[in-house]
Amino acid sequence: MHELSIALGIVKIAEDETAKAKAEKVTKIELEIGVLAGIEIDSLNFVWSSAVENTVLENAEKEILIIDGIGKCIDCDTEFAMENIYDCCPNCGSNFKGILKGKELKVKTLEVI
Amino acid sequence: MCGTCGCGSENNGPTILKPGEHKHSHEEHHHHDEHSHSHDDHHHHHHDGHSHTHSHIHDHKHKVLEIEQDILNNNAVLAARNRGYFEAKHIFALNLVSSPGSGKTSILERTLADLNKEMSFYVIEGDQQTMNDANRIDALNIPVVQINTGKGCHLESDMVYEAVKKLEMKDHSVLMIENVGNLVCPSMFDLGESKRVVIISTTEGEDKPIKYPDMFHTADVCIINKIDLLPYVNIDIQKLKNYALQVNPHLQFFEVSATKGVGMETWYKWLKENLV
Repeated sequence: MHELSIALGIVKIAEDETAKAKAEKVTKIELEIGVLAGIEIDSLNFVWSSAVENTVLENAEKEILIIDGIGKCIDCDTEFAMENIYDCCPNCGSNFKGILKGKELKVKTLEVI
Repeated sequence: MCGTCGCGSENNGPTILKPGEHKHSHEEHHHHDEHSHSHDDHHHHHHDGHSHTHSHIHDHKHKVLEIEQDILNNNAVLAARNRGYFEAKHIFALNLVSSPGSGKTSILERTLADLNKEMSFYVIEGDQQTMNDANRIDALNIPVVQINTGKGCHLESDMVYEAVKKLEMKDHSVLMIENVGNLVCPSMFDLGESKRVVIISTTEGEDKPIKYPDMFHTADVCIINKIDLLPYVNIDIQKLKNYALQVNPHLQFFEVSATKGVGMETWYKWLKENLV
Protein backbone atom coordinates (compact mmCIF):
# COMPACT_ATOMS: atom_id res chain seq x y z
CA MET A 1 0.00 0.00 0.00
CA HIS A 2 2.49 2.62 -1.15
CA GLU A 3 -0.48 4.84 -1.98
CA LEU A 4 -0.39 5.95 1.67
CA SER A 5 3.19 7.21 1.24
CA ILE A 6 2.06 8.95 -1.94
CA ALA A 7 -0.92 10.53 -0.16
CA LEU A 8 1.36 11.76 2.62
CA GLY A 9 3.73 13.17 -0.01
CA ILE A 10 0.79 15.11 -1.44
CA VAL A 11 -0.10 16.38 2.03
CA LYS A 12 3.46 17.62 2.53
CA ILE A 13 3.44 19.52 -0.77
CA ALA A 14 0.03 21.04 0.07
CA GLU A 15 1.14 22.06 3.57
CA ASP A 16 4.35 23.66 2.25
CA GLU A 17 2.69 25.54 -0.59
CA THR A 18 -0.23 26.72 1.52
CA ALA A 19 2.16 28.12 4.10
CA LYS A 20 4.23 29.76 1.36
CA ALA A 21 1.13 31.46 -0.03
CA LYS A 22 0.18 32.52 3.51
CA ALA A 23 -3.18 30.85 3.01
CA GLU A 24 -5.19 28.92 5.57
CA LYS A 25 -6.42 25.86 3.78
CA VAL A 26 -6.90 24.17 0.45
CA THR A 27 -10.36 24.13 -1.10
CA LYS A 28 -9.44 22.12 -4.18
CA ILE A 29 -6.47 20.04 -5.28
CA GLU A 30 -5.78 18.84 -8.83
CA LEU A 31 -3.55 15.80 -9.27
CA GLU A 32 -2.10 14.42 -12.49
CA ILE A 33 -1.64 10.65 -12.44
CA GLY A 34 -0.50 8.63 -15.44
CA VAL A 35 -1.90 5.14 -16.04
CA LEU A 36 1.67 3.76 -15.99
CA ALA A 37 2.67 5.52 -12.75
CA GLY A 38 2.02 2.45 -10.59
CA ILE A 39 -0.77 4.04 -8.57
CA GLU A 40 -4.11 2.37 -7.94
CA ILE A 41 -6.59 5.24 -7.87
CA ASP A 42 -8.98 3.16 -5.72
CA SER A 43 -6.23 2.60 -3.14
CA LEU A 44 -5.36 6.29 -3.15
CA ASN A 45 -9.02 7.18 -2.60
CA PHE A 46 -9.20 4.59 0.17
CA VAL A 47 -6.32 6.08 2.20
CA TRP A 48 -7.11 9.70 1.35
CA SER A 49 -9.39 10.60 4.27
CA SER A 50 -7.03 9.27 6.92
CA ALA A 51 -4.00 10.89 5.24
CA VAL A 52 -5.55 14.38 5.04
CA GLU A 53 -7.10 14.36 8.51
CA ASN A 54 -6.07 17.47 10.48
CA THR A 55 -4.15 18.93 7.55
CA VAL A 56 -4.81 21.82 5.15
CA LEU A 57 -6.32 19.26 2.77
CA GLU A 58 -8.91 17.96 5.20
CA ASN A 59 -11.95 19.41 3.43
CA ALA A 60 -10.45 19.93 0.00
CA GLU A 61 -12.15 18.70 -3.15
CA LYS A 62 -9.85 16.28 -4.96
CA GLU A 63 -9.74 16.08 -8.73
CA ILE A 64 -7.58 13.47 -10.44
CA LEU A 65 -6.60 13.99 -14.08
CA ILE A 66 -5.74 10.62 -15.58
CA ILE A 67 -2.98 10.77 -18.22
CA ASP A 68 -3.10 8.06 -20.88
CA GLY A 69 0.05 6.14 -21.71
CA ILE A 70 1.93 6.82 -24.95
CA GLY A 71 5.03 4.95 -26.02
CA LYS A 72 7.41 5.40 -28.94
CA CYS A 73 9.09 2.39 -30.50
CA ILE A 74 12.88 2.63 -30.54
CA ASP A 75 13.14 0.32 -33.55
CA CYS A 76 10.52 1.75 -35.95
CA ASP A 77 9.55 5.13 -34.38
CA THR A 78 5.83 4.26 -34.17
CA GLU A 79 3.95 6.12 -31.45
CA PHE A 80 1.31 4.00 -29.78
CA ALA A 81 -1.17 3.94 -26.89
CA MET A 82 0.03 1.98 -23.83
CA GLU A 83 -2.22 0.45 -21.21
CA ASN A 84 0.48 -1.67 -19.57
CA ILE A 85 4.15 -1.04 -19.09
CA TYR A 86 4.94 -4.25 -21.03
CA ASP A 87 2.91 -3.38 -24.16
CA CYS A 88 5.03 -3.92 -27.25
CA CYS A 89 5.03 -1.95 -30.50
CA PRO A 90 1.86 -2.80 -32.47
CA ASN A 91 3.70 -2.17 -35.74
CA CYS A 92 6.89 -4.23 -35.41
CA GLY A 93 6.43 -6.13 -32.12
CA SER A 94 9.57 -4.68 -30.48
CA ASN A 95 9.77 -4.45 -26.68
CA PHE A 96 12.22 -1.54 -26.90
CA LYS A 97 10.33 1.68 -26.42
CA GLY A 98 10.44 5.03 -24.70
CA ILE A 99 7.50 6.03 -22.53
CA LEU A 100 6.41 9.51 -23.63
CA LYS A 101 3.39 9.88 -21.38
CA GLY A 102 1.70 7.98 -18.58
CA LYS A 103 4.33 8.06 -15.79
CA GLU A 104 3.10 11.40 -14.40
CA LEU A 105 2.55 11.64 -10.66
CA LYS A 106 2.21 15.22 -9.59
CA VAL A 107 0.31 17.93 -7.82
CA LYS A 108 -0.88 20.23 -10.60
CA THR A 109 -2.77 23.00 -8.82
CA LEU A 110 -4.00 23.98 -5.39
CA GLU A 111 -6.91 26.32 -4.79
CA VAL A 112 -6.37 27.98 -1.42
CA ILE A 113 -8.11 30.49 0.82
CA MET B 1 0.22 10.77 11.42
CA CYS B 2 3.67 9.39 10.78
CA GLY B 3 4.98 10.55 7.43
CA THR B 4 6.68 7.34 6.48
CA CYS B 5 4.66 4.48 7.79
CA GLY B 6 1.31 6.14 8.17
CA CYS B 7 0.86 5.00 11.73
CA GLY B 8 -1.03 7.07 14.22
CA SER B 9 1.13 6.41 17.25
CA GLU B 10 4.64 7.50 18.01
CA ASN B 11 5.79 3.95 18.63
CA ASN B 12 5.25 2.36 15.26
CA GLY B 13 7.56 4.30 12.96
CA PRO B 14 10.73 2.97 11.33
CA THR B 15 13.48 1.98 13.70
CA ILE B 16 17.03 1.84 12.44
CA LEU B 17 19.31 -0.25 14.62
CA LYS B 18 22.54 -2.19 14.59
CA PRO B 19 22.46 -5.64 16.22
CA GLY B 20 22.91 -5.18 19.97
CA GLU B 21 21.90 -1.54 19.84
CA HIS B 22 18.99 -0.46 22.03
CA LYS B 23 15.94 1.35 20.86
CA HIS B 24 15.98 5.05 21.60
CA SER B 25 12.55 6.52 21.53
CA HIS B 26 13.92 9.79 20.17
CA GLU B 27 15.22 8.12 17.08
CA GLU B 28 12.08 6.27 16.24
CA HIS B 29 10.43 9.11 14.47
CA HIS B 30 13.39 11.11 13.32
CA HIS B 31 12.07 11.06 9.78
CA HIS B 32 9.61 13.64 10.99
CA ASP B 33 12.51 16.05 11.30
CA GLU B 34 13.52 15.28 7.76
CA HIS B 35 10.05 15.95 6.45
CA SER B 36 8.90 18.63 8.77
CA HIS B 37 8.17 21.98 7.25
CA SER B 38 8.43 24.80 9.69
CA HIS B 39 6.77 27.99 8.68
CA ASP B 40 10.00 29.92 8.46
CA ASP B 41 11.74 27.80 5.84
CA HIS B 42 10.26 29.64 2.88
CA HIS B 43 13.66 30.66 1.61
CA HIS B 44 14.86 27.12 1.46
CA HIS B 45 11.96 26.14 -0.72
CA HIS B 46 12.25 29.22 -2.81
CA HIS B 47 15.75 28.38 -3.87
CA ASP B 48 15.23 24.74 -4.72
CA GLY B 49 14.28 25.71 -8.25
CA HIS B 50 11.59 23.08 -8.62
CA SER B 51 8.31 24.78 -8.18
CA HIS B 52 8.04 28.43 -8.88
CA THR B 53 4.54 29.15 -7.83
CA HIS B 54 2.37 31.48 -9.88
CA SER B 55 -0.62 32.85 -8.11
CA HIS B 56 -3.70 33.81 -10.01
CA ILE B 57 -6.04 35.88 -7.93
CA HIS B 58 -9.60 34.91 -8.71
CA ASP B 59 -11.32 36.99 -6.10
CA HIS B 60 -10.26 38.58 -2.87
CA LYS B 61 -9.93 35.27 -1.09
CA HIS B 62 -9.51 32.33 -3.44
CA LYS B 63 -6.16 31.80 -5.10
CA VAL B 64 -5.15 29.04 -7.51
CA LEU B 65 -1.52 27.99 -7.11
CA GLU B 66 0.10 26.30 -10.13
CA ILE B 67 2.28 23.77 -8.35
CA GLU B 68 3.33 21.23 -11.01
CA GLN B 69 5.43 19.33 -8.48
CA ASP B 70 6.35 15.66 -8.71
CA ILE B 71 5.01 13.86 -5.65
CA LEU B 72 8.07 11.60 -5.46
CA ASN B 73 10.42 14.57 -5.71
CA ASN B 74 11.36 14.49 -2.03
CA ASN B 75 12.39 10.84 -2.25
CA ALA B 76 14.25 11.47 -5.51
CA VAL B 77 16.27 14.34 -4.03
CA LEU B 78 17.37 12.25 -1.03
CA ALA B 79 18.13 9.29 -3.31
CA ALA B 80 20.37 11.52 -5.42
CA ARG B 81 22.21 12.54 -2.27
CA ASN B 82 22.78 8.88 -1.36
CA ARG B 83 23.93 8.09 -4.90
CA GLY B 84 26.45 10.94 -4.89
CA TYR B 85 27.90 9.68 -1.63
CA PHE B 86 28.18 6.12 -3.00
CA GLU B 87 29.82 7.29 -6.21
CA ALA B 88 32.32 9.50 -4.43
CA LYS B 89 33.37 6.57 -2.25
CA HIS B 90 33.29 4.05 -5.12
CA ILE B 91 30.65 2.05 -3.28
CA PHE B 92 28.66 -0.37 -5.40
CA ALA B 93 25.17 -0.28 -3.89
CA LEU B 94 22.55 -2.90 -4.71
CA ASN B 95 18.85 -2.71 -3.92
CA LEU B 96 17.57 -6.29 -3.59
CA VAL B 97 13.83 -6.63 -4.16
CA SER B 98 11.49 -9.62 -4.36
CA SER B 99 8.34 -11.20 -2.96
CA PRO B 100 8.68 -12.55 0.58
CA GLY B 101 10.36 -15.95 0.53
CA SER B 102 12.22 -15.74 -2.82
CA GLY B 103 15.52 -16.09 -1.02
CA LYS B 104 16.95 -12.58 -0.79
CA THR B 105 18.53 -13.21 2.59
CA SER B 106 19.83 -16.66 1.58
CA ILE B 107 21.49 -15.28 -1.56
CA LEU B 108 22.95 -12.51 0.56
CA GLU B 109 24.27 -14.90 3.23
CA ARG B 110 25.88 -17.19 0.65
CA THR B 111 27.45 -14.27 -1.23
CA LEU B 112 28.85 -12.70 1.93
CA ALA B 113 30.22 -16.00 3.22
CA ASP B 114 31.92 -16.83 -0.11
CA LEU B 115 33.33 -13.37 -0.94
CA ASN B 116 33.97 -12.00 2.53
CA LYS B 117 37.74 -12.36 2.20
CA GLU B 118 37.96 -10.72 -1.24
CA MET B 119 35.64 -7.75 -0.86
CA SER B 120 34.34 -5.58 1.93
CA PHE B 121 30.58 -5.70 2.41
CA TYR B 122 28.00 -3.67 4.28
CA VAL B 123 24.34 -4.59 4.63
CA ILE B 124 21.10 -2.72 5.27
CA GLU B 125 18.18 -5.00 6.10
CA GLY B 126 14.62 -3.81 5.58
CA ASP B 127 11.72 -5.65 7.20
CA GLN B 128 8.49 -4.62 8.81
CA GLN B 129 9.49 -6.22 12.10
CA THR B 130 12.28 -8.10 13.91
CA MET B 131 16.07 -7.99 13.96
CA ASN B 132 16.19 -11.58 12.61
CA ASP B 133 17.79 -10.82 9.24
CA ALA B 134 20.33 -8.43 10.74
CA ASN B 135 21.26 -11.08 13.28
CA ARG B 136 21.80 -13.60 10.45
CA ILE B 137 24.19 -11.17 8.72
CA ASP B 138 25.82 -10.14 12.00
CA ALA B 139 26.67 -13.80 12.60
CA LEU B 140 28.96 -13.55 9.54
CA ASN B 141 30.77 -10.54 11.07
CA ILE B 142 29.50 -8.19 8.37
CA PRO B 143 28.52 -4.65 9.48
CA VAL B 144 24.73 -4.45 9.27
CA VAL B 145 21.92 -2.07 10.13
CA GLN B 146 18.31 -3.20 10.40
CA ILE B 147 15.50 -0.89 9.34
CA ASN B 148 12.12 -1.92 10.68
CA THR B 149 9.50 -0.06 8.72
CA GLY B 150 6.67 -0.80 11.14
CA LYS B 151 3.54 -0.65 9.04
CA GLY B 152 5.47 0.62 6.00
CA CYS B 153 5.72 -1.68 2.99
CA HIS B 154 8.98 -0.45 1.42
CA LEU B 155 12.22 1.39 2.14
CA GLU B 156 12.56 5.06 1.24
CA SER B 157 15.70 7.04 0.55
CA ASP B 158 15.63 8.93 3.87
CA MET B 159 15.70 5.67 5.84
CA VAL B 160 18.68 4.46 3.81
CA TYR B 161 20.41 7.80 4.40
CA GLU B 162 20.05 7.39 8.17
CA ALA B 163 21.18 3.75 8.03
CA VAL B 164 24.21 4.61 5.89
CA LYS B 165 25.31 7.19 8.47
CA LYS B 166 25.51 4.39 11.05
CA LEU B 167 27.61 2.12 8.82
CA GLU B 168 30.63 4.42 8.29
CA MET B 169 31.61 2.55 5.14
CA LYS B 170 35.10 2.24 3.72
CA ASP B 171 35.79 3.20 0.09
CA HIS B 172 35.58 0.52 -2.64
CA SER B 173 32.97 -1.55 -0.81
CA VAL B 174 29.73 -3.26 -1.73
CA LEU B 175 26.53 -2.15 0.00
CA MET B 176 23.67 -4.63 -0.11
CA ILE B 177 20.28 -3.11 0.70
CA GLU B 178 17.69 -5.82 1.24
CA ASN B 179 14.32 -4.20 0.70
CA VAL B 180 11.06 -5.23 2.36
CA GLY B 181 9.71 -8.42 0.75
CA ASN B 182 7.08 -6.93 -1.53
CA LEU B 183 6.96 -6.93 -5.32
CA VAL B 184 4.79 -3.84 -5.66
CA CYS B 185 5.61 -0.88 -3.45
CA PRO B 186 9.45 -0.77 -3.44
CA SER B 187 9.48 -0.32 -7.23
CA MET B 188 8.51 3.34 -6.97
CA PHE B 189 11.14 4.38 -4.47
CA ASP B 190 14.68 5.05 -5.67
CA LEU B 191 17.10 4.57 -2.77
CA GLY B 192 20.16 5.86 -4.63
CA GLU B 193 21.35 2.36 -5.53
CA SER B 194 23.81 1.67 -8.36
CA LYS B 195 21.79 -1.31 -9.58
CA ARG B 196 18.43 -2.79 -8.71
CA VAL B 197 18.31 -6.58 -8.45
CA VAL B 198 14.96 -8.38 -8.58
CA ILE B 199 14.91 -11.95 -7.27
CA ILE B 200 12.33 -14.52 -8.32
CA SER B 201 12.32 -18.19 -7.36
CA THR B 202 11.28 -21.25 -9.35
CA THR B 203 8.41 -21.86 -6.92
CA GLU B 204 6.73 -18.69 -8.16
CA GLY B 205 4.65 -18.44 -11.34
CA GLU B 206 6.46 -17.81 -14.62
CA ASP B 207 4.07 -14.95 -15.42
CA LYS B 208 5.06 -12.97 -12.33
CA PRO B 209 7.01 -10.41 -14.40
CA ILE B 210 3.85 -9.33 -16.21
CA LYS B 211 1.70 -9.60 -13.09
CA TYR B 212 4.04 -7.23 -11.26
CA PRO B 213 5.57 -5.36 -14.21
CA ASP B 214 6.68 -2.21 -12.39
CA MET B 215 9.32 -4.03 -10.38
CA PHE B 216 10.76 -5.81 -13.41
CA HIS B 217 10.62 -2.62 -15.43
CA THR B 218 12.80 -0.75 -12.93
CA ALA B 219 15.30 -3.58 -12.25
CA ASP B 220 18.68 -3.99 -13.94
CA VAL B 221 19.33 -7.58 -12.95
CA CYS B 222 17.05 -10.59 -12.38
CA ILE B 223 18.26 -13.49 -10.26
CA ILE B 224 16.26 -16.70 -10.66
CA ASN B 225 16.75 -18.59 -7.39
CA LYS B 226 16.05 -22.17 -6.26
CA ILE B 227 16.98 -23.71 -9.62
CA ASP B 228 17.81 -26.93 -7.73
CA LEU B 229 14.03 -27.38 -7.38
CA LEU B 230 13.43 -27.39 -11.17
CA PRO B 231 12.77 -31.16 -11.35
CA TYR B 232 9.96 -30.79 -8.80
CA VAL B 233 8.20 -27.63 -9.90
CA ASN B 234 6.11 -26.84 -12.92
CA ILE B 235 7.87 -23.81 -14.35
CA ASP B 236 9.31 -23.01 -17.77
CA ILE B 237 12.37 -20.81 -17.13
CA GLN B 238 12.56 -19.62 -20.75
CA LYS B 239 8.94 -18.49 -20.57
CA LEU B 240 9.66 -16.59 -17.36
CA LYS B 241 12.62 -14.88 -19.04
CA ASN B 242 10.54 -14.00 -22.10
CA TYR B 243 7.89 -12.41 -19.91
CA ALA B 244 10.56 -10.48 -18.01
CA LEU B 245 12.21 -9.31 -21.26
CA GLN B 246 8.85 -8.21 -22.57
CA VAL B 247 8.61 -5.86 -19.58
CA ASN B 248 12.27 -4.87 -19.64
CA PRO B 249 14.43 -5.88 -22.64
CA HIS B 250 17.59 -4.71 -20.83
CA LEU B 251 17.38 -7.23 -17.94
CA GLN B 252 20.40 -9.38 -17.24
CA PHE B 253 19.73 -12.85 -15.75
CA PHE B 254 21.49 -15.12 -13.29
CA GLU B 255 20.21 -18.61 -12.48
CA VAL B 256 21.28 -19.78 -9.03
CA SER B 257 20.53 -21.97 -6.07
CA ALA B 258 21.67 -20.10 -2.99
CA THR B 259 21.30 -23.10 -0.70
CA LYS B 260 23.18 -25.53 -2.99
CA GLY B 261 25.64 -22.93 -4.32
CA VAL B 262 24.81 -23.66 -7.97
CA GLY B 263 25.40 -20.82 -10.45
CA MET B 264 26.77 -18.43 -7.86
CA GLU B 265 30.14 -18.03 -9.66
CA THR B 266 28.72 -16.02 -12.58
CA TRP B 267 26.89 -13.77 -10.12
CA TYR B 268 30.14 -13.27 -8.18
CA LYS B 269 31.99 -12.49 -11.42
CA TRP B 270 29.43 -9.79 -12.21
CA LEU B 271 29.78 -8.32 -8.70
CA LYS B 272 33.58 -8.16 -9.00
CA GLU B 273 33.40 -6.57 -12.45
CA ASN B 274 31.14 -3.83 -11.13
CA LEU B 275 33.21 -2.99 -8.07
CA VAL B 276 35.67 -0.32 -9.11
